[in-house]
Amino acid sequence: MAEYKWPEADKRALIGKRISRIDGPDKVSGRAKYSYDIKRPGVLYARMLRSPHAHAKIVSIDITAAEKMPGVKAVRIIQEVGKEIKWAGDDIVGVAAIDEAAAEDAVRAIKVQYEILPHLVIDTDPQNAGDNAKPTAAVTQGDPAANFAAADVVSTEGFYGNHVITHCCLEAHGMTTEWSDDKNLLVHPSTQNVSGTAAQMATPLETPATNIRVHQDHIGGGFGSKFGPDSWGIECARISKQAGGKPVKLFLERAAELMVAGARPSSYAQVKVGAKKDGTLVAWDSVSWGTGGPGGGGSPPLPYVFNIPHQHKQHTAIANNIGPARAWRAPNHPQGCLITMSALEDMAAHLQMNALDFFLKNIDLTGPRAQVYRDELKIAADLIGWQKHWHQRGDKTAGPIKRGLGLSIHTWGGAGHASDCDITIQPDGSVELKMGTQDLGVGTRTALAIVVADTLGLPLTGVRILIGDNSYPVSGPSGGSTTIGGISASSRRGAVDARDLIFAKAAPALEAKPEELEAWGGMVRVKTDPSRSLTWAQACAKLGGMPITVRGKNPGPEKLNDQGVGGVQMADVSVDVETGIVKINKIVAVQDCGLIIDLKTAESQVYGALIMGVTYALYEEKIMDQQTGTMLNPNMEFYKLAGLGDIGELVVHMMTGKGYDERGPIGLGEPPTVSPGAVISNAVANAIGVRVPTLPLTPDQVLAALEKKGGNHARI
Amino acid sequence: MHDDEKDDDQDLNQSHSGFSRRDFLKVGGISLSVPLVIGSRTIRVAGSDVKVYGPGKVPISLNINAKKYAAEVEPRMTLLDTLRNEFELTGAKRVCDRATCGACTVIIDGKSVYSCTVLAIDTQNKKITTVEGLTDGENLHPVQQAFVDNDAQQCGFCTPGFVVACKAFLDKHPHPTPEELGTGLGGNLCRCGTYMGIRAAVMQVAKGGQNG
Repeated sequence: MAEYKWPEADKRALIGKRISRIDGPDKVSGRAKYSYDIKRPGVLYARMLRSPHAHAKIVSIDITAAEKMPGVKAVRIIQEVGKEIKWAGDDIVGVAAIDEAAAEDAVRAIKVQYEILPHLVIDTDPQNAGDNAKPTAAVTQGDPAANFAAADVVSTEGFYGNHVITHCCLEAHGMTTEWSDDKNLLVHPSTQNVSGTAAQMATPLETPATNIRVHQDHIGGGFGSKFGPDSWGIECARISKQAGGKPVKLFLERAAELMVAGARPSSYAQVKVGAKKDGTLVAWDSVSWGTGGPGGGGSPPLPYVFNIPHQHKQHTAIANNIGPARAWRAPNHPQGCLITMSALEDMAAHLQMNALDFFLKNIDLTGPRAQVYRDELKIAADLIGWQKHWHQRGDKTAGPIKRGLGLSIHTWGGAGHASDCDITIQPDGSVELKMGTQDLGVGTRTALAIVVADTLGLPLTGVRILIGDNSYPVSGPSGGSTTIGGISASSRRGAVDARDLIFAKAAPALEAKPEELEAWGGMVRVKTDPSRSLTWAQACAKLGGMPITVRGKNPGPEKLNDQGVGGVQMADVSVDVETGIVKINKIVAVQDCGLIIDLKTAESQVYGALIMGVTYALYEEKIMDQQTGTMLNPNMEFYKLAGLGDIGELVVHMMTGKGYDERGPIGLGEPPTVSPGAVISNAVANAIGVRVPTLPLTPDQVLAALEKKGGNHARI
Repeated sequence: MHDDEKDDDQDLNQSHSGFSRRDFLKVGGISLSVPLVIGSRTIRVAGSDVKVYGPGKVPISLNINAKKYAAEVEPRMTLLDTLRNEFELTGAKRVCDRATCGACTVIIDGKSVYSCTVLAIDTQNKKITTVEGLTDGENLHPVQQAFVDNDAQQCGFCTPGFVVACKAFLDKHPHPTPEELGTGLGGNLCRCGTYMGIRAAVMQVAKGGQNG
């Protein structure tokens, strides 16, 4: 019976080490081809005429002029006359032409008349949302009324929230499609879901999924927004068919990318917290609301992580005309975390308790990971100098620059997704793995190479990794931090089975039983007598003339990964109370993720999450104009991302070793993105003495909060 | 904006060999009435002689990575789109397409430039270096190697632009301070958040003094 469990620390040649990603040289040299870079022979370029209105009915469409323009090969009406359009930027007519300029010229020649309908694009006040507000039933746990009445301290009602932000993937959404013949479609998409794309295109295109070939070598960012082919992907294939099957490239322009291809739901809440004098939390009350576009959107988890014994909470979803929401790293968690950690930090300030002591006092409310949080809080506090730098709310030192500390904790699941792979070993010893997965920036190829090479006792270069094609074994979409867990487990099982087949062939030559062998340092050798050995190639030569292929699966025998992680972050910020500018001095992240496959890329994930967090805490907002119904900042000048000089000093500490490694790999993409908004907001409150109620903490919001001095009561 | 971008802008506006985006925009309204010809004609605009190209395709010749590239493009084609669509040099990426994010950074006559905001026709007779030109066969440039060593990349879409910007930056500031780094490379944006690796990569090259 094969033994799949992860090797002990002293038997890991590669797993857990700091290893540079294997596709790094391709990426730094420009050789890496993203789907956006693919230029198929005779390709036509597609452009969309988009609705300028947030809510309208199409009255007429005239494409005659566009069809006659030079270079135009197909004009396709996507939304028929009479159709109701529900957000600005939605596709109306698609055009394919011999170059981008000709396609753009043709789009300008299309005439569409709309009947404009009333719209709603703001979400800050459910009272103004009318029928668009969809209240859900209140949830009660314990006896909140009695416990608020009995609490020593009830915090003044706090208001907290964050606006809608967009994904802003640097590689826009889109694809190139072509009909190889009447029945077969070739797709080069930008997707987080290589194996699942064909199934989503099959029904609308009335083409069997088996006839749809999907290939993607690299993807330029997804963050949860690229799981499907999207309506425009389907239209791309239809336009391609209309143009005689020619390749058609349709990638969103930057403005469209920001308008229609991703929105993280907003979330706002009025919160009341009850506690005893010693800081023990007893009761929670929240009235929350937010929008995820036309669908409304779900409630964030409240209270987050801390299961306060007595709770009353009610959420209202606001359906509006901003375009559909999409999953964004750790869906709903950053919102729930911001609201909860802000309210708790405000309570600590109310009690004049050190926020760290207050969190520790209540840490058992976090459940099974309380000890992990305790350990992480201690490490984080040391790394940021919490006890030395923390002060009661409001930096009392002279001068306009106020400094403060904040903290937050978070959780995520991150179990491994379903994943299959084929591992082929040739008689010459060369090894190849095929898997229909994708590398979102996680380092998927590298993790696969590490697991297989470590299992077979080979160097990284001894394994060839092929991913990004739906002709390879099916592997799950990259979402919810499930990739590393899934792909490491399936590749481990496959590699162990493949290795055991080689052991069986090599054992007679080594006069040993297969189970007495190990693969280490490029050799197959007897565990108790390493001098009895074959090189890997010699061992594989025992296969005879034919290679072997082994299927590795997840789930499968033995539990190779777990779910559920805890992380702690602390931030040190300076705020200029004259200009309202927030500067990050330092952020510390302490994070567990079970067994780490590649420490270098794992740390990169956490650094990246912190930087994305600085960006959404300080800069990002999809600014909607209720007057026109459109987005005011669909570009990268005014939809701001943090730059290299904006991030301060970042420190990452990964929890590894006993208590962590034996859980197996657990995903890491989401958890460290959860806390940065809360931790920065708390540090700003600690610095300036008042709460800035909503993210992003832009100078105007900081100054407004200071002016009101009302702290929690400040409403935008 | 790159710290040296301003100079480029002035250079382009004063250029006598081609004509600038600003001039182009100035005459854009009348260009449609110009017959489709190859080559240029001179018209009088706002009291001065201006060469008009297009609106049809015109032949251009570019010096990219010490090689000559020829194509016929409309004068409105940017250098970025010409690199990508005509020459399949796809290392430079189109992201913001309006001089904000730096994913399209190339080096023109020693200065880092956003290739989305330069017309291809204006870059004739100039020395253009793209990310592809930094690699010597299979050998990575020290900046590229430092990016790999320090994992200064995740999805990698901003990476080629960053590599080129870092190369140009280090040529001017071989031993940068952290402050110089923050402003000098502030014209390139990353969404995955790879700035820590990029800082470390630049400092590795600066310490090794191997930028070349």
